[in-house]
Amino acid sequence: METWALLRNVWFLLVGVLLAGYSVLDGFDLGVGVLFPFLARDEREKTFLVRSIGPVWDGNEVWLLTGGGALFAAFPHAYATVFSGFYLALMLVLFSLILRAVSLEFRTHDGALKGLWEAAFVIGSLLPALLFGVALGNVVVGVPIDAQMEYAGNFFTLLRPLPLVFGLLGLAAFLLHGSAWAALKTSGALQERARRTARKMTVLTGIFYLLSFVAVWIYLPGALKRIAAWIFAALVWLSLGFLISALKRRKDGRAFAFSSLIFLSLWGNIGAIHYPNLVRATDPALSLTITNSSSSALTLKVMLIIALVGMPLVIGYTIYAYRVFKGKAGLDEAGY
Amino acid sequence: MDPVFLARLQFGLTAGFHFLFPPTTLGLSLVILILESLYIRKKAGIYRDVSSFLIRILGVVFVMGVATGIALEFAFGNNWSAYSRAVGDIFGAPLAAEGVFSFFLESVFIGILVFGRRRVSPKMYWLSAFLVFFASHLSGLWIIIANSWMQTPAGYAMEAGRAMLTDFWQAAFNPSTVVRFVHTILGGWITGSLVAAGIAAWHLLKGRSREKAALVLRVSVIVFAVTAVLQLGSGHAHSVQVARTQPEKMAAFEALWQTQSGAPFTIFGIPDEKNERTHLAVRIPRFLSFLVGFDMNTRVLGLNEFPKDERPPVFLPFAGYHLMILFGLLFIAMAVWGAGLLARKRLGESRAYLKLIILAIPLPYLANELGWIAAEVGRQPWAVYRVLRTADAASKVVPAGNILFSLVLFAAIYTLIAAAGLSIILKLVRRGFDEPAKAAPQGGL
Repeated sequence: METWALLRNVWFLLVGVLLAGYSVLDGFDLGVGVLFPFLARDEREKTFLVRSIGPVWDGNEVWLLTGGGALFAAFPHAYATVFSGFYLALMLVLFSLILRAVSLEFRTHDGALKGLWEAAFVIGSLLPALLFGVALGNVVVGVPIDAQMEYAGNFFTLLRPLPLVFGLLGLAAFLLHGSAWAALKTSGALQERARRTARKMTVLTGIFYLLSFVAVWIYLPGALKRIAAWIFAALVWLSLGFLISALKRRKDGRAFAFSSLIFLSLWGNIGAIHYPNLVRATDPALSLTITNSSSSALTLKVMLIIALVGMPLVIGYTIYAYRVFKGKAGLDEAGY
Repeated sequence: MDPVFLARLQFGLTAGFHFLFPPTTLGLSLVILILESLYIRKKAGIYRDVSSFLIRILGVVFVMGVATGIALEFAFGNNWSAYSRAVGDIFGAPLAAEGVFSFFLESVFIGILVFGRRRVSPKMYWLSAFLVFFASHLSGLWIIIANSWMQTPAGYAMEAGRAMLTDFWQAAFNPSTVVRFVHTILGGWITGSLVAAGIAAWHLLKGRSREKAALVLRVSVIVFAVTAVLQLGSGHAHSVQVARTQPEKMAAFEALWQTQSGAPFTIFGIPDEKNERTHLAVRIPRFLSFLVGFDMNTRVLGLNEFPKDERPPVFLPFAGYHLMILFGLLFIAMAVWGAGLLARKRLGESRAYLKLIILAIPLPYLANELGWIAAEVGRQPWAVYRVLRTADAASKVVPAGNILFSLVLFAAIYTLIAAAGLSIILKLVRRGFDEPAKAAPQGGL
């Protein structure tokens, strides 16, 4: 029983790591996806931006797929409750991700419908960037759940103040991350525009973070008794501060590192106020926790072995691939 | 409308559409790996050029596979949450492992294949081609493990209505995993190699890029011919496994209503489930018994052995199974013809053969889909064979109206991307092998 409890805690952490990895990596290409028609002034600049994410977006999205798979394997009840309960909202995310995935490819090859695929890419990036936060906010603030662990609300239950503020915070952070990436991967006027956008988005992220904090204080007052929540909150503010100063001094690499750190701190924050819940229920006795939702000790152990063997390899060759494509995105083939 | 029926329809549509792409990737990645290996050894630019051309096509196919695969990763939670709760202890792990071991590898290195020819050394590029080949096959293994566990569950114990893992290796390598993996992979090789051969054949018929087209044709027809013959063996082994481990499914495949020793093989017929007989049946006496047990008198279980509420539907499994076999035999005939032409060094000269290859391109796709339909409908009424009924597997909180809504949107979006994807692939094919660098891909893969 001791090992089982330990494994559940490890998997709470690992699912969090996968989702955090997803937001750091796919986060910037979601952000570029929303921003690129606004950042770019002509076709050439659009192409620069699209190329900056071309070779990597797909690997980034795998973090979400793997996070979903890990949630399924480690905490099947949480996976079942959330994905069936938030059905319509998550269908919107799915349709967005599907259209987004093909539209980048189709935009390149399909001259006649280029405008359509560009619009699909923007909207397909915008909706997930907004809805991920809304979904997370619901899971954190609590939703109606019955004694059979089934979701007992409806679509409109999901649209409450705290989840909506979380959604806007997520969107602002994705846009910030995308513009920081664009500043890192482009040059000239486009780069200057990306830096300016990143500064605006840093401010916006700060504002929505403050509002989220207030919302947590109002709706989940108990959550802020945990010291870890305050430590991660301090990290978020420090990162925002360092980010502004890095952007001012045109240190784009450092700026991108801090916008990544913001995501990690936000996830730390969520973990601190949410643990050991996976899906908080309006009636706390019915919440899905790491204890009542988990798989068997054996499955958690097998999964841990899979993760310990697989993930170091993944991190290794992902770093290799980013090094292959490092430097500014260009128009010639050598500049990919 | 019945929400379970709608959920099944949606899963069938989304999985069936997705299943167009991975088999193509399996076969194309093999042909590309062979061409890259030839390039490393012979260092002639022609190998690199034709491989780069196929990689552009693979890039489009791969992205469509990824896009349509996302929906499936979450479909179990969306539409089959009771299933997810009941068997998540076992079924989730292979899906997660597929992500960890395969999806990352495949997507990172296909990025290098499509964008990185001039950024990495030739050896590293070859390794990328190998890793894309390896990862796509490993991905197939994990998904077949998951699906085979639904067919022939093993390595578990029931606890309070939930299947709990007791032995990982038994669950992973359950009685049908290996043979179904081989069968599915070979189906993919047939598919991808015929696509490559068809593209080459089209160029030869048009008299374009003769040397390059002939090279692609030769490599892919060799892969196709060898694979088509091997598939006969794997198909046979798979059928024997089904007869042994899921006898009612084999009875449905063959519309065998009554248990018989010396059971006939039905070549053609129209099964009539209500009256439990097969109209217009053409049969080879005792041949089913021979195939299943290597003995003319083997006793083969008929549908009469099973309670009515545990029998699969007969028509779809029967039709799917038989059409798949028909196409498989046709591929063998094409393989023999192709081998004859190859032996006489006249592969590119027979216009009739080139036209046949092009016309046959849809057939492996049909064979893949029909085989899959036969396997899955033949498992009914179970989601997990003799463990969980499909009717008890669906989400309880998703009303029919919501599923209808998503079903209609899936149909619309998939129609759109099917049309766009096909037109883009045809455009790439028309542009041909000798595409200048300026048309190199920009945004997507």
